[in-house]
Amino acid sequence: MIDVVMPQMGESIVEGTLTKWLKKPGDKVERDEPLFEISTDKVDTEIPAPVAGTMGEQLVPEGTTVQVNTIVGRIDETGGTVATPAAPAAPVAVAPPPLPPLPPPPPPPAPVAVVAPPPPPPPPPPPPAPVPVAAAPAPVGEDNDPEGPLSPLVRRMAREFSIDLRQVRGTGPGGRITKLDVDNYMAAQGTRTLEAPVVAAAPLPPAAPAPAPPPLPRVDGPKTRVEPMSTMRQKIAEHMVFSNQTSVHVTTVHKVDMTKVAKLRDKVKNGFKDRYGYSLTFLSFVARATTVALRQFPILNASIQDKSIIYHNDVNIGVAVALEGGNGLIVPVIRNADEKNVAGLQRAIVDLSTRARAKQLKPDEVAGGTFSITNFGSFGSVFATPIINQPQVAILGVGSVEKQVAVIEGDAIAIRSICYLALTFDHRLIDGAMADQFTGRVKQILENWSEEVV
Amino acid sequence: MPRQCELRDLGRVGWAETFQIQRKLVEQRKAGLISDQLLFVEHAHVVTLGRNAHLSNILASPEMLSRGGVEVHETNRGGDVTYHGPGQIVCYPIFDLRNWKRDVRAYVQALVQAIAGTLAEYGIAAGPDPDAIGVWVNGKKIAAIGVHISRWVTSHGFALNVETDLSYFRYIVPCGLSKPVTSMEAEGVSAPSRQRVIEQLTRHLAQVFDLDVAPTAPRTGDNEMVLTTTEKI
Repeated sequence: MIDVVMPQMGESIVEGTLTKWLKKPGDKVERDEPLFEISTDKVDTEIPAPVAGTMGEQLVPEGTTVQVNTIVGRIDETGGTVATPAAPAAPVAVAPPPLPPLPPPPPPPAPVAVVAPPPPPPPPPPPPAPVPVAAAPAPVGEDNDPEGPLSPLVRRMAREFSIDLRQVRGTGPGGRITKLDVDNYMAAQGTRTLEAPVVAAAPLPPAAPAPAPPPLPRVDGPKTRVEPMSTMRQKIAEHMVFSNQTSVHVTTVHKVDMTKVAKLRDKVKNGFKDRYGYSLTFLSFVARATTVALRQFPILNASIQDKSIIYHNDVNIGVAVALEGGNGLIVPVIRNADEKNVAGLQRAIVDLSTRARAKQLKPDEVAGGTFSITNFGSFGSVFATPIINQPQVAILGVGSVEKQVAVIEGDAIAIRSICYLALTFDHRLIDGAMADQFTGRVKQILENWSEEVV
Repeated sequence: MPRQCELRDLGRVGWAETFQIQRKLVEQRKAGLISDQLLFVEHAHVVTLGRNAHLSNILASPEMLSRGGVEVHETNRGGDVTYHGPGQIVCYPIFDLRNWKRDVRAYVQALVQAIAGTLAEYGIAAGPDPDAIGVWVNGKKIAAIGVHISRWVTSHGFALNVETDLSYFRYIVPCGLSKPVTSMEAEGVSAPSRQRVIEQLTRHLAQVFDLDVAPTAPRTGDNEMVLTTTEKI
């Protein structure tokens, strides 16, 4: 494991903010490939990987400011080169779904990227390029060679093709050796071998997955697999337990006829998409109706503090966003949601959820919510009983909108677009009647929709 | 010995196109195929979002922006929201800082120094603000700075308001700061010449960064095409 540190971006600079990881744990990383981005003094800098390998732990989450030389993550070098086909037992080292090593050790020290067998004689990462182990600021570019500054490309070519750069004549600015010079040199030497890495031994077959090997003899493997929880998972777990122990959760469900909204949406959705580039969803209508109702029932937009009720003057709506692959949940906040119309809410939802999935939210964008909405309907759920996002006192769950047979005025039977809205409220503060008046108001607004949308 | 630097005044070029040009030049600079570059452009109305941008810092609705002919682009530079438009000199230095100081802060300070030096020639006292990046005149921002660095090669840069229509800044909260903006014209320079300001900026940048700046000569030989746009020198 090679430590990757926050580099020093200038003499007087003592810290930097890690703004973005460009690799996920388990990703393969080439040397010099951009690994993460930092921000110092409003300047964004991409930091290249010091070595090739597999991205291991990421110790510093995005958005965190740390001192120079803080270890921000690790790269597992052993995973970097093509897995040698030598040992037939070696599962071709792909990343995550780790076939556990046989004797299941107690929680593996390194998350993810479980390196399969004890490393076979390390498939030589070409002559162990003197890699700055730990400490030294990540080499953002190193040019101590006698030939003067070299581009990472030239450096890599030299390494890959074992070229003695002292033999190459530089024609770049200041006699610098350019890619072209190396190309010419190689052409002259006739050394060009297709990307063949200089491994002393027989050339490895190209990484193309070998034709499916005969199935391995079935071994009775361990019955369980131990994996450490991600930080996010631990936080979610803590929060859920905390909320369950704090509030008295009661859920009330109202059946809402969304036919009018559905018709309106059908009418404008194409134009909306053309104009804004994203779709208009039912969620934005529900969010709009909710903000209007919250203004009328401010106690749903409150919190409890000891023996006081804190009424929030701003309506900041948290919208639960599921992260890809079921890897957690984040609740970014639409600030002053009551000042936005349907289009404005839709835009905010799209922006926040996109950035949530790209892990680009800033800390203050997930804080300060006064009420939450969760849209499990988008996953097909008709209704569910959500858990309150503390310190809020209620959360509205939106079920899927589905056509149903309904009895309408005049005892006629009709096909209507129906949606169940489930409000979970904190019964310490909110009585059932209040909760139902609030939800009833949301329902009434939706069923008698009157606002312009576009 | 001063380092070589090529000057390219591209004139009026769209933001997206310039972004592509920058990207190419950065790649070539990284590969050591070209020397340092100094690009000057003027953009049509555009609002750009830096890495740390809050969409809430765009105040106008998308309809309003498109009605005003203002494009919106996300970028990989540092900083928040900014506006570019006619009457503004936008400068994108593509420098390899390994040949200079390898210091991000010193780089930004040097840009400020060069801009302030240029403005001083017009009797405008401008300088940095300890709390905010950019170049300021009496608490008003006259030039915005936003930089991206990859392997010590810089891109993006600064935008100096020469005779910008400042009313367009109403659409945004520039750089997330609720502070006023100004331009050379608003500071009392009558009809500043874009050409002359570029010359002065170039001179100051050359001095601060120890560069030997020459306009791009038409390329001969087998070098791959560097620019896809017509060069206006």
